[in-house]
Amino acid sequence: MSAARDDLPRDDDARWVRGGHDMGSVTDLVAGAVAPARTRKSWLLMLLVTFAGVGVLFVSVLWLFSEYVGIWGIEIPVAWGIAIASFVWWIGIGHAGTLISAVLLLAKQPWRRSINRFAEAMTLFAVACAGLYPILHLGRPEHFYWLVPYPSTYGAWPQFGSPLVWDLFAISTYLTVSLLFWYLGLIPDLATMRDRATGLKAKVYGVFALGWRGDARHWARHQRGYLMLGGLATPLVVSVHTVVSFDFAVAQLPGWHMTMFPPYFVAGAIYSGFAMVLTLVIPARRWLRLTDVITDDHLDAAAKLMLASGLIVAYGYASEIFFGWYSGDPSELSLVHSHLAGHSAPLFWTVVTLNVGSAMFLWSRRVRRSVVPLFVLTLLINVGMWLERYLIVIGSLEHGFLPSTKGEYTATFWDWSTFLGTLAFFGFLMLLFVRFVPAVAMAELREMVPPRRALRPPPPPAGPEVTP
Amino acid sequence: MPQTFAKNANIWARLILWGGLGGLIIYTTTSWAVFQSSWATGEDRVLEQPVPFSHEHHVAGVGLDCRYCHTTFETSRFAGLPPSETCLHCHAHLYPDAPYLAPVRDSFRTGEPVAWQRVNDLPDFVYFDHSAHVAAGVGCETCHGRVDRMPLMAQGAPLTMAWCVDCHEAPWAHLRPPDAVTEMGWTAPGGDAVAYGRRLAAERGIAPDTSCSTCHR
Repeated sequence: MSAARDDLPRDDDARWVRGGHDMGSVTDLVAGAVAPARTRKSWLLMLLVTFAGVGVLFVSVLWLFSEYVGIWGIEIPVAWGIAIASFVWWIGIGHAGTLISAVLLLAKQPWRRSINRFAEAMTLFAVACAGLYPILHLGRPEHFYWLVPYPSTYGAWPQFGSPLVWDLFAISTYLTVSLLFWYLGLIPDLATMRDRATGLKAKVYGVFALGWRGDARHWARHQRGYLMLGGLATPLVVSVHTVVSFDFAVAQLPGWHMTMFPPYFVAGAIYSGFAMVLTLVIPARRWLRLTDVITDDHLDAAAKLMLASGLIVAYGYASEIFFGWYSGDPSELSLVHSHLAGHSAPLFWTVVTLNVGSAMFLWSRRVRRSVVPLFVLTLLINVGMWLERYLIVIGSLEHGFLPSTKGEYTATFWDWSTFLGTLAFFGFLMLLFVRFVPAVAMAELREMVPPRRALRPPPPPAGPEVTP
Repeated sequence: MPQTFAKNANIWARLILWGGLGGLIIYTTTSWAVFQSSWATGEDRVLEQPVPFSHEHHVAGVGLDCRYCHTTFETSRFAGLPPSETCLHCHAHLYPDAPYLAPVRDSFRTGEPVAWQRVNDLPDFVYFDHSAHVAAGVGCETCHGRVDRMPLMAQGAPLTMAWCVDCHEAPWAHLRPPDAVTEMGWTAPGGDAVAYGRRLAAERGIAPDTSCSTCHR
């Protein structure tokens, strides 16, 4: 939200909304997409498919609770498998939301308004998926609360020197702040939904709208709170993946013990986060008929950020290889050799091709603005970033200092079912989100369009919705 | 346009919000208190034994030393429970026909030990050594309580990990000269147990470890 809401829409704001919308029609557009008169069959079908996947996740987790982590392909020395790789991947995806909401809010980028709600929801669900993994991976998941410093009868704190405890704080803080941020932004829109609904629906939206009446005082406090949360959330954009990178960097394993890791991880997170935003937004804007408010300009802007973060990722790959070589350490050198031309070379070069190669296409304005190539690129980058985490986690663990610490890892059925299950869980939550929650911040869009269309027949009686 | 909610909705909203907060506070403080309480730790708990043996009578009344029955507490991980012969040294002559001593006589006849129930019972994942503690000068009383005042044996301490760790970090108040470990109601000469314990610890090199693997092996 802009700091000065009383400003009339500026010219450069208006270019982010197409189709000559005014305040009323933009609200109709978004609210209509959320609560269509009839539940769409395509939505129901996708919901069923993803729900089946949630069942797979449920069974996988139950089986894990019964048999513990032995059902996964992990073993000493490769004690972290695709569960940890997926954890890092999900957390990374969860970065775009806060970046768009907080950093772009403070940077006063008007285009964030069309995609921030969507990206924040994606963040929440991705972090929820990510948060499952460390708990499932605990070995004794029923004792997960031992990570929390609570007044127990043990007389012992959690091991504060352990990155696992840092993870707990980093992720739970991030989840809390993201949730608050998302919800605070939602309140005026929920009030709009309440005012457009009747009966039980109105009551449910009404409870969550917390009695919002669109009062000037409401707006003033809302603005202030939103801006403050934005300030609070900004450090979290870098802190979470920094802490996740410490999980690796504090260990001494070849390929992990690098000061480059925090920025390298954060850039990778933003890169994959934006890739996932675009992967979701491109089909969703068409399916929800929101192309007027999520325009090609938005895709273009997001793709530019992807290009920038992708270049940092490329720099990360280069420096990984460089520092491995420059260290002169035989173990590091042998890992570098393995990546460039040895055991892990096929994976390494796939990662470089998918992540660095794909980013190169984004130099082209035509690619950034054409839907299909951009969509394909984001899919490739999503896959590439997952493989990158696989390479970091498993590639290094397979490659210890001693002959006795070299090992092999093969993911088992339950490894894959857990991962695919979280994918479905994520999709399931996104589907529920687009059906019941305004997928675009209506209240914020209304700031960007004129109050009434210039040449409009006498307006119908103002809708019951709250206008700012 | 009709109101979505009745007028009392505000009261409900406040009730739920404050009630949730209050409930959380009550929940955390209650569970904290419950898990410290003797109900959860088992402190002072009395177990039913095959014979209602009174430590009060045998220690305070008869004046037996702990060593008379628990022969190995200075040399072994386990303090040791007496064989039935030890009981019958006296009880062959005193109350030889008392019905409540029947399990002891049966045990002597059959060679089956009496099935005493362990009262100060540590979890199996805790490595505990009586001899180490006694050699350091920790009195029996410190963990088992005033057994000379227990008509029936009760758990003498909370036995929580915090209780163990507290003493391992600062054992001073619980240290005595090795020849006083079995004494009940012992007090440090000069009255200042902490200062006396510090001196003992310095003289005898007592420095307990608190690393995880000290007790969890």
